[in-house]
Amino acid sequence: MKGFVNYRELALGLILVVGVAAIGAYQPVFLAWENISDLLTETSVLFMMALAQMVVILTRGIDLSVAANLALSGMIAALVSQYYPDTPLLLMILAGVITGLVLGLINGGLIAFLGIPPIVVTLGTLAVYRGMIIIIAGGDQVNASEMGAAFQAFPKQVLLGLTSPVWIAIGVSILFWVFLNLTRAGRGLYAVGGNPVAARYCGIDQKKQEMLAYSISGAVAGLCGYLWVARYGVAYSEIANGYELTVIAACVIGGVSIGGGVGSVAGTLLGALFLGIVMTALPVLQISPFWQMAISGAVILAAVVINARAEKRPEKLILPEARRIGRVRA
Amino acid sequence: MNAPMQPPESRYAVLDAAPRRARDILLRWEVILVILLVATIVVNTIVSPYFLDVFNLADATFNFSEKAIIALGMALLILVRQIDLSVAAIVALAAMGIGYAAEAGFGPAGLFATGIGIGILCGVFNGFLVTYAGLPSIVVTIGTMSLFRGITQVILGDQAKTKYPAEFLELGQSYFIKMKESGVSWLFIPPIPLSFLIFLVLTAIFGIVLHKTATGRKLFAIGSNPVAARFSGIAVDRLTFLLFVVSGMLCGLAAALLTARLGSMRSNIAIGWELDIVTMVILGGVSIAGGVGSILGVFLAVLTLGLVTFGMSLNNIPGQVVSVYIGLLLIAVIAIPRIADKLGLRTGR
Repeated sequence: MKGFVNYRELALGLILVVGVAAIGAYQPVFLAWENISDLLTETSVLFMMALAQMVVILTRGIDLSVAANLALSGMIAALVSQYYPDTPLLLMILAGVITGLVLGLINGGLIAFLGIPPIVVTLGTLAVYRGMIIIIAGGDQVNASEMGAAFQAFPKQVLLGLTSPVWIAIGVSILFWVFLNLTRAGRGLYAVGGNPVAARYCGIDQKKQEMLAYSISGAVAGLCGYLWVARYGVAYSEIANGYELTVIAACVIGGVSIGGGVGSVAGTLLGALFLGIVMTALPVLQISPFWQMAISGAVILAAVVINARAEKRPEKLILPEARRIGRVRA
Repeated sequence: MNAPMQPPESRYAVLDAAPRRARDILLRWEVILVILLVATIVVNTIVSPYFLDVFNLADATFNFSEKAIIALGMALLILVRQIDLSVAAIVALAAMGIGYAAEAGFGPAGLFATGIGIGILCGVFNGFLVTYAGLPSIVVTIGTMSLFRGITQVILGDQAKTKYPAEFLELGQSYFIKMKESGVSWLFIPPIPLSFLIFLVLTAIFGIVLHKTATGRKLFAIGSNPVAARFSGIAVDRLTFLLFVVSGMLCGLAAALLTARLGSMRSNIAIGWELDIVTMVILGGVSIAGGVGSILGVFLAVLTLGLVTFGMSLNNIPGQVVSVYIGLLLIAVIAIPRIADKLGLRTGR
């Protein structure tokens, strides 16, 4: 069992349960099934985006372009729906996923084959992808009235009390768990991030792993792009502006180490759920939504401090200070 | 008989510096940036007759000087392998403090002091978490970014601060040095806004500190190898802490200049600036892996980005399309030398 759920995730899970129970005791409406279903639907995109970001961070990378990718892929899916309304729904979704995948491959290629630092590449592509939306759509937005009916209806469909985005998030989470724990390529991601040199001696191709990580990140952003645009019924260039940092925050709260090689599906999901609960609980508690950012900031800092304590292990170093300096590089 | 003993001949020649070769100088980052800058100016002058006008250029500096001031601090942080993503949030928090101080009747000096003071406090908080608590700066400053801007939102809500003394606004909105002509058409003192003047002075100070003092050499040492630097007796933590404080201080200064220029502030002021500023620094040739960079490079990158943006806005190109070009520029400038390496055009060093 220890590999399945470790103590940190258990602690985070407990904090969440206690928090939700406390909010529920104060405002029972928060525990109504409708509210919980809304919360999960609202957070479903964050669940998937955080998992994809975790895969990238595992390899010691970072993908700052995910939100821009989401917006661009969503725009492409919306444009397909607008100009070719007869396209089957699956193909429209696929248009978003493939766009995202291609954008992710561009990131991966620049990082793996040219060796440019991930933060530099994705900072550049962040600007490029977002600007491309304006160029492709001619500065216009695609409104709900211009999108197909099936295109918009899908994210609102309910099965067994949960909406389709939640079911997709559940499916994606299971896929990630299987991939990261039971496949050679998934374990390779941990190996590359944990110790690149050792991974190389074991015959793991770092470039291939990095390509894999960034294409997963891209494809998931593409899928979420469709869900986002279809659910809110509008596609324009400012969608999900700054969302990349929320996604990274979810990972950090979930115990993913920015130094690579550490992170789990359960932890990341809990981290995303935490942010989702903070966002939905504030209106229920009649606290001004302006508190949301300050609270998530404080939570991120608390999570980093706790993670750092958990990661501390004895090292053979002469100066006590050196232990800290040695870990400075993120 | 007692001839002075000759030192044993070394099998290796130890040089004080790498031998200079023409190709190395041509491929230096700063030279690439100068070529880029000249190309920007030439293209823009051909495309628009309004580009090469002293007043237009002076006005163009308004739009990037505040970011450029923060970029100087960011350059030093990235040089020592740290990063500060909370800069824009510090600007927001400091600008809010300035707004309240202005309502309380502070004069321009008091308002600048308020901004800088808040900036320093934020920098101390970041620096403490990174050096004393030993946390990775990228995560800490993502957290404090939310925290600082969150505090601004909590206190300010959807209000705006719009009351400032006239002398304060004057500082941010007019030319600090007025245009003076000498009668000869090419000999004149150009109009310079206060923010750009401060940026020029700070560039000189940062350049001297980084490239001509022992402290500057220590920063390079930390960036190249923090552990070795510590074992060499360099106070790594103390210097890193100081750099976060400097970064916060520059944010406070930029907040004062920005508020004076805009004449109002909301909680979303300067949003997204952190990525623009990191772009300036990276384009300036500061390596994200630490230990490599120059203030001259950052200065040239700031001017290039500023003039590219200004030139495009003269031609009515929307802001987000401009950012496509800037993103491509960032990737291309870093990718092209590496592609050349791959193709064997440059022998690896």
